[in-house]
Amino acid sequence: MADGPIYLDFAATTPVDPRVAARMIPFLAETYGNPASRSHSFGWAAEQAVEAARGQVAELVGADAREIVWTSGATESNNLAIKGAAQFHRGRAKHLVTVRTEHKSVLDTMRELERAGFEITVLDVGSDGLLDAGAFEAALRPSTVLASVMLVNNEIGVIQDVERLGALCRERGVLFHVDAAQATGKIQIDLQAWPVDLMSLSAHKTYGPKGIGALYVRRKPRVRIEAQIHGGGHERAMRSGTLPVHQIVGMGEAYRIAGLEMKSDNERIRALSERLWAGLSRIDEVYLNGDATRRVPHNLNVSFNFVEGESLMMGLDGIAVSSGSACTSSSLEPSYVLRALGRSDELAHSSIRFSVGRFTTREQIDRATAHVTRAVGKLRALSPLWDMHRDGVDLSTVQWSAH
Amino acid sequence: MAYSDKLIDHYDNPRNVGSMDPGESGVGTGMVGAPACGDVMKLQIRVNEQGVIEDARFKTYGCGSAIASSSLVTEWVKGKTLDQALKIRNTQIAEELALPPVKIHCSILAEDAIKAAVADYRAKTRPAAHAADLEEIST
Repeated sequence: MADGPIYLDFAATTPVDPRVAARMIPFLAETYGNPASRSHSFGWAAEQAVEAARGQVAELVGADAREIVWTSGATESNNLAIKGAAQFHRGRAKHLVTVRTEHKSVLDTMRELERAGFEITVLDVGSDGLLDAGAFEAALRPSTVLASVMLVNNEIGVIQDVERLGALCRERGVLFHVDAAQATGKIQIDLQAWPVDLMSLSAHKTYGPKGIGALYVRRKPRVRIEAQIHGGGHERAMRSGTLPVHQIVGMGEAYRIAGLEMKSDNERIRALSERLWAGLSRIDEVYLNGDATRRVPHNLNVSFNFVEGESLMMGLDGIAVSSGSACTSSSLEPSYVLRALGRSDELAHSSIRFSVGRFTTREQIDRATAHVTRAVGKLRALSPLWDMHRDGVDLSTVQWSAH
Repeated sequence: MAYSDKLIDHYDNPRNVGSMDPGESGVGTGMVGAPACGDVMKLQIRVNEQGVIEDARFKTYGCGSAIASSSLVTEWVKGKTLDQALKIRNTQIAEELALPPVKIHCSILAEDAIKAAVADYRAKTRPAAHAADLEEIST
Protein backbone atom coordinates (compact mmCIF):
# COMPACT_ATOMS: atom_id res chain seq x y z
CA MET A 1 0.00 0.00 0.00
CA ALA A 2 3.06 2.22 -0.36
CA ASP A 3 1.49 4.59 -2.85
CA GLY A 4 -2.16 4.23 -1.91
CA PRO A 5 -4.35 6.90 -0.31
CA ILE A 6 -3.56 7.75 3.31
CA TYR A 7 -6.44 7.89 5.78
CA LEU A 8 -5.96 10.49 8.50
CA ASP A 9 -9.63 11.12 9.23
CA PHE A 10 -10.24 8.61 12.02
CA ALA A 11 -12.30 11.21 13.87
CA ALA A 12 -14.82 11.12 11.02
CA THR A 13 -15.09 7.35 11.12
CA THR A 14 -12.93 4.27 11.59
CA PRO A 15 -12.66 1.12 9.52
CA VAL A 16 -14.29 -1.89 11.15
CA ASP A 17 -11.50 -3.90 12.74
CA PRO A 18 -11.14 -7.19 10.83
CA ARG A 19 -11.64 -9.08 14.09
CA VAL A 20 -14.91 -7.25 14.62
CA ALA A 21 -16.10 -7.98 11.08
CA ALA A 22 -15.30 -11.66 11.50
CA ARG A 23 -17.29 -11.77 14.72
CA MET A 24 -20.32 -10.15 13.09
CA ILE A 25 -20.69 -12.30 9.99
CA PRO A 26 -22.17 -15.48 11.53
CA PHE A 27 -25.05 -13.34 12.81
CA LEU A 28 -26.19 -12.48 9.30
CA ALA A 29 -27.26 -15.87 7.98
CA GLU A 30 -26.42 -18.43 10.67
CA THR A 31 -27.53 -17.03 14.02
CA TYR A 32 -30.20 -14.82 12.46
CA GLY A 33 -33.00 -15.09 14.97
CA ASN A 34 -34.87 -12.13 16.44
CA PRO A 35 -33.71 -11.78 20.05
CA ALA A 36 -37.32 -10.95 21.00
CA SER A 37 -38.46 -14.40 19.85
CA ARG A 38 -38.65 -15.97 23.26
CA SER A 39 -40.12 -19.27 22.20
CA HIS A 40 -37.41 -20.90 20.11
CA SER A 41 -33.69 -21.53 19.98
CA PHE A 42 -33.10 -19.13 17.09
CA GLY A 43 -34.30 -16.29 19.30
CA TRP A 44 -32.49 -17.54 22.40
CA ALA A 45 -29.17 -17.75 20.59
CA ALA A 46 -29.59 -14.21 19.27
CA GLU A 47 -30.60 -12.92 22.67
CA GLN A 48 -27.59 -14.54 24.27
CA ALA A 49 -25.28 -12.78 21.81
CA VAL A 50 -26.98 -9.44 22.45
CA GLU A 51 -26.64 -9.77 26.20
CA ALA A 52 -22.99 -10.78 25.96
CA ALA A 53 -22.31 -7.69 23.84
CA ARG A 54 -24.22 -5.52 26.28
CA GLY A 55 -21.86 -6.69 28.98
CA GLN A 56 -18.84 -5.90 26.82
CA VAL A 57 -20.01 -2.35 26.19
CA ALA A 58 -20.80 -1.86 29.87
CA GLU A 59 -17.38 -3.09 30.87
CA LEU A 60 -15.48 -0.55 28.79
CA VAL A 61 -17.28 2.33 30.47
CA GLY A 62 -17.55 0.93 34.01
CA ALA A 63 -21.30 0.46 33.89
CA ASP A 64 -23.76 -2.30 34.69
CA ALA A 65 -25.09 -4.15 31.65
CA ARG A 66 -28.65 -3.21 32.60
CA GLU A 67 -27.70 0.42 32.13
CA ILE A 68 -26.97 0.03 28.42
CA VAL A 69 -29.73 0.80 25.88
CA TRP A 70 -29.05 0.03 22.21
CA THR A 71 -29.62 2.80 19.68
CA SER A 72 -28.73 3.46 16.04
CA GLY A 73 -25.75 5.57 17.05
CA ALA A 74 -24.62 8.49 19.17
CA THR A 75 -26.87 10.93 17.31
CA GLU A 76 -29.92 8.95 18.33
CA SER A 77 -28.52 8.52 21.85
CA ASN A 78 -28.09 12.29 22.14
CA ASN A 79 -31.66 12.84 20.96
CA LEU A 80 -33.01 10.19 23.32
CA ALA A 81 -31.10 11.45 26.34
CA ILE A 82 -31.88 15.14 25.93
CA LYS A 83 -35.44 14.96 24.64
CA GLY A 84 -36.21 11.97 26.83
CA ALA A 85 -35.12 13.70 30.03
CA ALA A 86 -36.64 17.08 29.10
CA GLN A 87 -40.00 15.51 28.32
CA PHE A 88 -40.04 13.34 31.42
CA HIS A 89 -39.44 16.35 33.66
CA ARG A 90 -41.59 18.66 31.59
CA GLY A 91 -43.83 19.58 34.49
CA ARG A 92 -41.29 20.82 36.98
CA ALA A 93 -38.38 22.14 35.01
CA LYS A 94 -37.87 24.04 31.80
CA HIS A 95 -34.21 24.92 31.43
CA LEU A 96 -31.34 23.13 29.69
CA VAL A 97 -27.62 23.90 29.57
CA THR A 98 -25.06 23.01 26.95
CA VAL A 99 -21.83 24.22 25.35
CA ARG A 100 -21.14 26.06 22.10
CA THR A 101 -18.71 23.41 20.89
CA GLU A 102 -21.07 20.42 21.16
CA HIS A 103 -21.85 18.19 18.20
CA LYS A 104 -24.75 19.28 16.01
CA SER A 105 -26.81 16.34 17.26
CA VAL A 106 -26.80 17.99 20.69
CA LEU A 107 -27.11 21.61 19.55
CA ASP A 108 -29.87 20.93 17.03
CA THR A 109 -31.76 18.83 19.57
CA MET A 110 -31.51 21.70 22.04
CA ARG A 111 -32.78 24.13 19.36
CA GLU A 112 -35.71 21.85 18.74
CA LEU A 113 -36.61 21.82 22.45
CA GLU A 114 -36.31 25.60 22.47
CA ARG A 115 -38.97 25.70 19.78
CA ALA A 116 -41.08 23.50 22.02
CA GLY A 117 -40.87 26.02 24.84
CA PHE A 118 -37.74 25.12 26.79
CA GLU A 119 -35.11 27.71 27.68
CA ILE A 120 -31.58 26.89 26.57
CA THR A 121 -28.27 28.28 27.80
CA VAL A 122 -25.31 27.73 25.49
CA LEU A 123 -22.03 28.32 27.33
CA ASP A 124 -18.89 29.68 25.71
CA VAL A 125 -15.50 28.04 26.05
CA GLY A 126 -12.05 29.55 26.46
CA SER A 127 -9.56 29.94 23.67
CA ASP A 128 -8.23 26.52 24.64
CA GLY A 129 -11.65 24.97 24.01
CA LEU A 130 -12.20 24.12 27.66
CA LEU A 131 -15.29 24.97 29.71
CA ASP A 132 -14.83 26.99 32.87
CA ALA A 133 -16.37 25.14 35.84
CA GLY A 134 -17.34 28.44 37.49
CA ALA A 135 -19.26 29.57 34.43
CA PHE A 136 -20.96 26.18 34.24
CA GLU A 137 -21.98 26.30 37.89
CA ALA A 138 -23.38 29.81 37.47
CA ALA A 139 -25.56 28.65 34.60
CA LEU A 140 -27.36 25.95 36.62
CA ARG A 141 -30.74 27.03 37.98
CA PRO A 142 -33.43 25.41 40.13
CA SER A 143 -35.40 25.03 36.89
CA THR A 144 -32.58 23.24 35.05
CA VAL A 145 -33.46 19.71 33.98
CA LEU A 146 -30.27 18.62 32.31
CA ALA A 147 -26.84 19.79 31.25
CA SER A 148 -24.99 18.25 28.30
CA VAL A 149 -21.21 18.41 27.86
CA MET A 150 -19.18 16.23 25.51
CA LEU A 151 -16.22 14.34 26.88
CA VAL A 152 -13.92 14.60 23.85
CA ASN A 153 -14.55 17.18 21.14
CA ASN A 154 -14.78 15.81 17.62
CA GLU A 155 -13.08 18.77 15.92
CA ILE A 156 -10.28 19.71 18.28
CA GLY A 157 -9.97 16.67 20.53
CA VAL A 158 -10.03 18.54 23.85
CA ILE A 159 -11.16 16.69 26.98
CA GLN A 160 -13.70 18.34 29.30
CA ASP A 161 -13.54 17.70 33.04
CA VAL A 162 -16.85 15.84 33.21
CA GLU A 163 -16.15 14.44 36.65
CA ARG A 164 -16.06 17.93 38.12
CA LEU A 165 -18.96 19.23 36.06
CA GLY A 166 -21.02 16.18 36.95
CA ALA A 167 -20.43 16.76 40.64
CA LEU A 168 -21.75 20.32 40.29
CA CYS A 169 -24.88 18.94 38.64
CA ARG A 170 -25.35 16.26 41.28
CA GLU A 171 -25.27 18.89 44.05
CA ARG A 172 -28.11 20.74 42.36
CA GLY A 173 -30.28 17.85 41.25
CA VAL A 174 -29.54 18.49 37.57
CA LEU A 175 -29.20 15.54 35.23
CA PHE A 176 -25.82 15.32 33.55
CA HIS A 177 -25.50 13.99 30.01
CA VAL A 178 -22.14 13.34 28.34
CA ASP A 179 -21.62 12.66 24.63
CA ALA A 180 -18.70 10.24 24.65
CA ALA A 181 -18.77 9.28 20.97
CA GLN A 182 -15.17 10.40 20.41
CA ALA A 183 -13.89 9.15 23.76
CA THR A 184 -14.35 5.38 23.87
CA GLY A 185 -11.11 3.51 23.37
CA LYS A 186 -9.15 6.74 23.74
CA ILE A 187 -9.48 7.60 27.41
CA GLN A 188 -10.53 5.70 30.50
CA ILE A 189 -14.24 6.11 31.29
CA ASP A 190 -15.49 5.11 34.74
CA LEU A 191 -19.23 5.54 35.16
CA GLN A 192 -19.13 3.88 38.53
CA ALA A 193 -16.97 6.72 39.86
CA TRP A 194 -18.15 9.59 37.64
CA PRO A 195 -21.36 11.43 38.55
CA VAL A 196 -22.81 11.09 35.06
CA ASP A 197 -26.47 10.20 34.49
CA LEU A 198 -26.61 9.66 30.74
CA MET A 199 -23.81 8.90 28.30
CA SER A 200 -23.96 8.54 24.51
CA LEU A 201 -21.79 5.89 22.92
CA SER A 202 -20.89 5.21 19.30
CA ALA A 203 -19.46 2.14 17.60
CA HIS A 204 -18.05 3.54 14.39
CA LYS A 205 -15.52 5.82 16.10
CA THR A 206 -14.06 2.79 17.88
CA TYR A 207 -13.50 0.37 14.98
CA GLY A 208 -17.06 -0.95 15.06
CA PRO A 209 -19.75 -0.72 12.39
CA LYS A 210 -21.75 2.39 11.55
CA GLY A 211 -25.41 2.49 12.50
CA ILE A 212 -25.17 1.20 16.06
CA GLY A 213 -24.59 2.92 19.36
CA ALA A 214 -25.87 2.94 22.90
CA LEU A 215 -27.14 5.20 25.63
CA TYR A 216 -26.00 4.64 29.19
CA VAL A 217 -28.88 5.32 31.58
CA ARG A 218 -27.92 5.31 35.25
CA ARG A 219 -29.79 2.98 37.58
CA LYS A 220 -28.47 4.23 40.90
CA PRO A 221 -29.86 6.79 41.39
CA ARG A 222 -32.43 5.85 38.76
CA VAL A 223 -32.67 8.11 35.74
CA ARG A 224 -36.00 8.23 33.91
CA ILE A 225 -36.38 9.26 30.29
CA GLU A 226 -39.28 9.18 27.84
CA ALA A 227 -38.85 6.97 24.81
CA GLN A 228 -38.61 8.71 21.45
CA ILE A 229 -39.33 5.61 19.42
CA HIS A 230 -42.36 3.50 20.32
CA GLY A 231 -43.57 0.08 19.27
CA GLY A 232 -42.94 -3.08 21.23
CA GLY A 233 -41.29 -1.75 24.36
CA HIS A 234 -37.79 -3.07 23.68
CA GLU A 235 -34.87 -1.96 25.86
CA ARG A 236 -37.00 -1.58 28.99
CA ALA A 237 -39.46 0.51 26.97
CA MET A 238 -36.81 3.14 26.38
CA ARG A 239 -36.20 2.31 22.72
CA SER A 240 -38.43 0.09 20.64
CA GLY A 241 -37.34 -1.75 17.54
CA THR A 242 -35.94 -5.15 16.69
CA LEU A 243 -32.36 -5.30 17.79
CA PRO A 244 -29.77 -5.54 14.98
CA VAL A 245 -27.90 -8.48 16.42
CA HIS A 246 -24.96 -8.43 13.99
CA GLN A 247 -24.43 -4.72 14.66
CA ILE A 248 -24.65 -5.20 18.40
CA VAL A 249 -22.21 -8.08 18.36
CA GLY A 250 -19.89 -5.85 16.35
CA MET A 251 -20.10 -3.01 18.84
CA GLY A 252 -19.50 -5.42 21.72
CA GLU A 253 -16.43 -6.90 20.10
CA ALA A 254 -15.09 -3.47 19.14
CA TYR A 255 -15.43 -2.31 22.73
CA ARG A 256 -13.86 -5.50 24.06
CA ILE A 257 -10.82 -4.98 21.84
CA ALA A 258 -10.70 -1.30 22.78
CA GLY A 259 -10.49 -2.23 26.44
CA LEU A 260 -7.63 -4.62 25.84
CA GLU A 261 -5.64 -2.49 23.42
CA MET A 262 -6.34 1.08 24.54
CA LYS A 263 -3.09 1.47 26.40
CA SER A 264 -0.83 0.09 23.66
CA ASP A 265 -2.86 1.85 20.93
CA ASN A 266 -2.53 5.14 22.76
CA GLU A 267 1.21 4.84 23.17
CA ARG A 268 1.69 4.16 19.49
CA ILE A 269 -0.73 6.89 18.48
CA ARG A 270 0.84 9.45 20.78
CA ALA A 271 4.24 8.79 19.20
CA LEU A 272 2.80 9.11 15.69
CA SER A 273 0.90 12.25 16.57
CA GLU A 274 3.96 13.86 18.11
CA ARG A 275 5.92 12.97 15.01
CA LEU A 276 3.26 14.57 12.82
CA TRP A 277 3.16 17.72 14.93
CA ALA A 278 6.96 17.92 14.94
CA GLY A 279 6.92 17.82 11.15
CA LEU A 280 4.06 20.26 10.68
CA SER A 281 5.25 22.78 13.24
CA ARG A 282 8.44 23.20 11.24
CA ILE A 283 6.26 25.08 8.76
CA ASP A 284 6.08 28.79 9.47
CA GLU A 285 2.85 30.35 10.86
CA VAL A 286 1.19 27.09 11.94
CA TYR A 287 -1.19 26.99 14.93
CA LEU A 288 -2.60 24.14 16.98
CA ASN A 289 -6.32 24.58 17.72
CA GLY A 290 -7.45 23.58 21.19
CA ASP A 291 -5.57 23.00 24.42
CA ALA A 292 -2.23 21.28 23.85
CA THR A 293 -2.33 19.01 26.89
CA ARG A 294 -5.97 18.35 27.74
CA ARG A 295 -6.59 16.67 24.43
CA VAL A 296 -6.54 13.17 23.00
CA PRO A 297 -3.33 12.47 21.09
CA HIS A 298 -5.35 11.12 18.17
CA ASN A 299 -6.41 14.61 17.11
CA LEU A 300 -4.35 17.39 15.59
CA ASN A 301 -6.41 20.34 14.43
CA VAL A 302 -4.03 22.75 12.78
CA SER A 303 -4.41 26.13 11.10
CA PHE A 304 -2.00 27.06 8.31
CA ASN A 305 -2.12 30.82 8.19
CA PHE A 306 -2.59 32.58 4.85
CA VAL A 307 -3.67 29.36 3.12
CA GLU A 308 -7.32 28.43 2.73
CA GLY A 309 -8.40 24.98 3.94
CA GLU A 310 -10.27 23.64 0.90
CA SER A 311 -7.47 24.56 -1.48
CA LEU A 312 -5.06 22.86 0.90
CA MET A 313 -7.18 19.73 0.96
CA MET A 314 -7.19 19.72 -2.84
CA GLY A 315 -3.42 19.84 -2.71
CA LEU A 316 -3.45 16.88 -0.32
CA ASP A 317 -4.90 14.66 -2.98
CA GLY A 318 -4.51 11.14 -1.69
CA ILE A 319 -4.61 12.12 1.99
CA ALA A 320 -7.99 11.99 3.71
CA VAL A 321 -8.45 14.78 6.28
CA SER A 322 -11.15 17.30 7.25
CA SER A 323 -11.17 21.07 7.20
CA GLY A 324 -12.91 23.73 9.27
CA SER A 325 -13.08 25.97 6.23
CA ALA A 326 -16.37 27.39 5.09
CA CYS A 327 -15.68 26.23 1.58
CA THR A 328 -15.90 22.60 2.65
CA SER A 329 -19.28 22.96 4.28
CA SER A 330 -22.46 23.33 2.29
CA SER A 331 -23.50 26.22 4.50
CA LEU A 332 -20.35 28.23 3.62
CA GLU A 333 -19.94 28.93 7.34
CA PRO A 334 -16.53 28.28 8.85
CA SER A 335 -16.29 25.78 11.70
CA TYR A 336 -18.40 26.96 14.63
CA VAL A 337 -16.08 25.12 17.00
CA LEU A 338 -13.05 27.08 15.86
CA ARG A 339 -15.03 30.32 15.98
CA ALA A 340 -16.00 29.42 19.57
CA LEU A 341 -12.29 29.29 20.44
CA GLY A 342 -12.10 32.89 19.37
CA ARG A 343 -10.10 31.97 16.30
CA SER A 344 -10.28 34.64 13.60
CA ASP A 345 -12.23 33.72 10.51
CA GLU A 346 -8.99 33.46 8.55
CA LEU A 347 -7.56 30.85 10.89
CA ALA A 348 -10.87 28.95 10.92
CA HIS A 349 -10.81 28.96 7.11
CA SER A 350 -7.21 27.73 7.20
CA SER A 351 -7.69 24.72 9.42
CA ILE A 352 -7.16 21.05 8.75
CA ARG A 353 -8.05 18.27 11.19
CA PHE A 354 -5.64 15.33 11.12
CA SER A 355 -6.79 12.34 13.16
CA VAL A 356 -4.58 9.33 13.67
CA GLY A 357 -5.78 5.81 14.43
CA ARG A 358 -5.06 2.16 15.09
CA PHE A 359 -3.92 1.47 11.54
CA THR A 360 -1.81 4.59 10.93
CA THR A 361 1.84 3.93 10.17
CA ARG A 362 4.97 6.01 10.59
CA GLU A 363 5.50 5.94 6.85
CA GLN A 364 2.06 7.45 6.30
CA ILE A 365 2.85 10.22 8.80
CA ASP A 366 6.09 11.03 7.01
CA ARG A 367 4.47 11.03 3.57
CA ALA A 368 1.62 13.20 4.86
CA THR A 369 4.06 15.68 6.42
CA ALA A 370 5.96 15.95 3.14
CA HIS A 371 2.76 16.44 1.15
CA VAL A 372 1.42 19.09 3.51
CA THR A 373 4.71 20.99 3.55
CA ARG A 374 4.81 20.99 -0.24
CA ALA A 375 1.15 21.99 -0.64
CA VAL A 376 1.39 24.81 1.91
CA GLY A 377 4.49 26.13 0.16
CA LYS A 378 2.78 26.07 -3.21
CA LEU A 379 -0.36 27.80 -1.94
CA ARG A 380 1.58 30.46 -0.05
CA ALA A 381 3.38 31.26 -3.32
CA LEU A 382 -0.13 31.94 -4.67
CA SER A 383 -1.38 33.84 -1.64
CA PRO A 384 -1.60 37.65 -1.51
CA LEU A 385 -2.03 37.40 2.27
CA TRP A 386 1.27 35.59 2.63
CA ASP A 387 2.95 38.35 0.58
CA MET A 388 1.43 41.01 2.79
CA HIS A 389 2.52 39.15 5.92
CA ARG A 390 6.08 38.94 4.61
CA ASP A 391 5.99 42.64 3.81
CA GLY A 392 5.13 43.24 7.45
CA VAL A 393 1.55 44.35 6.83
CA ASP A 394 -0.82 43.85 9.76
CA LEU A 395 -3.81 42.24 8.05
CA SER A 396 -6.18 43.29 10.81
CA THR A 397 -5.68 46.91 9.79
CA VAL A 398 -6.46 46.43 6.12
CA GLN A 399 -9.71 47.75 4.67
CA TRP A 400 -11.12 44.86 2.68
CA SER A 401 -13.81 45.22 0.06
CA ALA A 402 -15.86 42.31 1.35
CA HIS A 403 -18.61 41.13 -1.01
CA MET B 1 -15.88 18.39 -4.16
CA ALA B 2 -16.01 16.90 -7.67
CA TYR B 3 -14.32 19.51 -9.83
CA SER B 4 -14.02 19.61 -13.63
CA ASP B 5 -10.73 18.69 -15.28
CA LYS B 6 -10.26 22.29 -16.44
CA LEU B 7 -10.66 23.57 -12.90
CA ILE B 8 -8.22 21.01 -11.53
CA ASP B 9 -5.76 21.93 -14.28
CA HIS B 10 -5.89 25.59 -13.23
CA TYR B 11 -5.33 24.54 -9.64
CA ASP B 12 -2.40 22.22 -10.45
CA ASN B 13 -0.88 24.56 -13.04
CA PRO B 14 -2.06 28.07 -12.24
CA ARG B 15 -1.35 30.57 -15.02
CA ASN B 16 0.38 33.93 -14.53
CA VAL B 17 1.02 33.71 -10.81
CA GLY B 18 2.93 36.66 -9.49
CA SER B 19 3.04 40.34 -8.82
CA MET B 20 3.71 43.53 -10.75
CA ASP B 21 4.97 46.74 -9.26
CA PRO B 22 1.75 48.59 -8.41
CA GLY B 23 3.61 51.87 -8.69
CA GLU B 24 4.48 51.28 -12.36
CA SER B 25 2.51 53.57 -14.60
CA GLY B 26 0.94 50.95 -16.87
CA VAL B 27 -0.16 48.69 -14.03
CA GLY B 28 -3.68 48.44 -12.58
CA THR B 29 -4.19 46.54 -9.33
CA GLY B 30 -7.50 45.15 -8.11
CA MET B 31 -7.78 43.51 -4.67
CA VAL B 32 -11.20 42.07 -3.81
CA GLY B 33 -12.67 39.86 -1.14
CA ALA B 34 -11.76 39.51 2.52
CA PRO B 35 -9.96 36.92 4.66
CA ALA B 36 -13.05 36.65 6.85
CA CYS B 37 -14.96 35.32 3.83
CA GLY B 38 -12.19 32.91 2.92
CA ASP B 39 -11.56 34.55 -0.47
CA VAL B 40 -9.08 37.27 -1.43
CA MET B 41 -8.06 37.88 -5.05
CA LYS B 42 -5.39 40.25 -6.29
CA LEU B 43 -5.42 40.83 -10.03
CA GLN B 44 -2.89 43.04 -11.77
CA ILE B 45 -2.89 44.12 -15.40
CA ARG B 46 -0.25 45.87 -17.51
CA VAL B 47 -1.82 48.07 -20.14
CA ASN B 48 0.07 49.42 -23.16
CA GLU B 49 -0.34 52.79 -24.81
CA GLN B 50 -2.96 51.43 -27.17
CA GLY B 51 -5.12 50.59 -24.16
CA VAL B 52 -4.61 46.86 -24.61
CA ILE B 53 -3.87 44.58 -21.66
CA GLU B 54 -0.57 43.00 -22.58
CA ASP B 55 0.09 41.11 -19.37
CA ALA B 56 -1.70 40.00 -16.21
CA ARG B 57 -0.76 38.45 -12.89
CA PHE B 58 -2.78 37.08 -9.98
CA LYS B 59 -2.50 35.97 -6.39
CA THR B 60 -5.40 34.33 -4.61
CA TYR B 61 -6.18 33.13 -1.10
CA GLY B 62 -9.21 30.88 -1.46
CA CYS B 63 -10.60 27.51 -2.41
CA GLY B 64 -9.85 25.60 -5.60
CA SER B 65 -12.69 27.38 -7.43
CA ALA B 66 -11.39 30.79 -6.44
CA ILE B 67 -7.85 29.97 -7.56
CA ALA B 68 -9.06 28.54 -10.87
CA SER B 69 -11.38 31.48 -11.54
CA SER B 70 -8.65 34.04 -11.03
CA SER B 71 -6.10 32.01 -13.01
CA LEU B 72 -8.54 31.76 -15.91
CA VAL B 73 -9.23 35.47 -15.80
CA THR B 74 -5.53 36.32 -16.26
CA GLU B 75 -5.59 34.26 -19.46
CA TRP B 76 -8.76 35.86 -20.74
CA VAL B 77 -7.82 39.51 -20.18
CA LYS B 78 -4.55 39.30 -22.08
CA GLY B 79 -4.85 40.89 -25.51
CA LYS B 80 -8.13 42.59 -24.68
CA THR B 81 -8.82 46.26 -24.43
CA LEU B 82 -10.00 47.56 -21.10
CA ASP B 83 -13.59 47.83 -22.31
CA GLN B 84 -13.46 44.27 -23.68
CA ALA B 85 -12.09 43.02 -20.37
CA LEU B 86 -14.94 44.74 -18.52
CA LYS B 87 -17.38 42.70 -20.62
CA ILE B 88 -16.18 39.42 -19.12
CA ARG B 89 -19.09 38.02 -17.10
CA ASN B 90 -18.92 35.67 -14.14
CA THR B 91 -21.34 33.32 -15.90
CA GLN B 92 -18.76 32.75 -18.63
CA ILE B 93 -16.12 31.91 -16.01
CA ALA B 94 -18.51 29.58 -14.19
CA GLU B 95 -19.42 27.83 -17.43
CA GLU B 96 -15.84 27.41 -18.60
CA LEU B 97 -14.82 25.83 -15.31
CA ALA B 98 -18.15 24.04 -14.74
CA LEU B 99 -18.34 25.54 -11.25
CA PRO B 100 -20.73 23.79 -8.86
CA PRO B 101 -23.66 26.06 -7.82
CA VAL B 102 -22.25 26.57 -4.33
CA LYS B 103 -19.05 28.01 -5.90
CA ILE B 104 -20.58 30.53 -8.30
CA HIS B 105 -19.63 33.35 -5.94
CA CYS B 106 -15.96 32.66 -6.73
CA SER B 107 -16.59 33.59 -10.37
CA ILE B 108 -18.38 36.76 -9.25
CA LEU B 109 -15.35 37.72 -7.21
CA ALA B 110 -13.12 37.14 -10.25
CA GLU B 111 -15.33 39.44 -12.34
CA ASP B 112 -15.11 42.04 -9.55
CA ALA B 113 -11.32 41.68 -9.60
CA ILE B 114 -11.20 42.63 -13.28
CA LYS B 115 -13.38 45.68 -12.64
CA ALA B 116 -11.24 46.70 -9.70
CA ALA B 117 -7.99 46.37 -11.68
CA VAL B 118 -9.36 48.36 -14.61
CA ALA B 119 -10.76 51.05 -12.32
CA ASP B 120 -7.42 51.34 -10.55
CA TYR B 121 -5.55 51.69 -13.86
CA ARG B 122 -7.98 54.30 -15.14
CA ALA B 123 -7.87 56.31 -11.92
CA LYS B 124 -4.07 56.33 -12.08
CA THR B 125 -3.58 57.21 -15.73
CA ARG B 126 -6.36 59.64 -16.50
CA PRO B 127 -7.75 60.81 -13.23
CA ALA B 128 -9.63 63.72 -14.78
CA ALA B 129 -10.98 61.65 -17.65
CA HIS B 130 -11.86 58.83 -15.23
CA ALA B 131 -13.78 61.23 -13.04
CA ALA B 132 -15.60 62.49 -16.14
CA ASP B 133 -16.47 58.92 -17.11
CA LEU B 134 -17.90 58.32 -13.66
CA GLU B 135 -19.91 61.50 -13.86
CA GLU B 136 -21.23 60.52 -17.26
CA ILE B 137 -22.30 57.13 -15.91
CA SER B 138 -24.08 58.63 -12.96
CA THR B 139 -26.08 61.30 -14.85
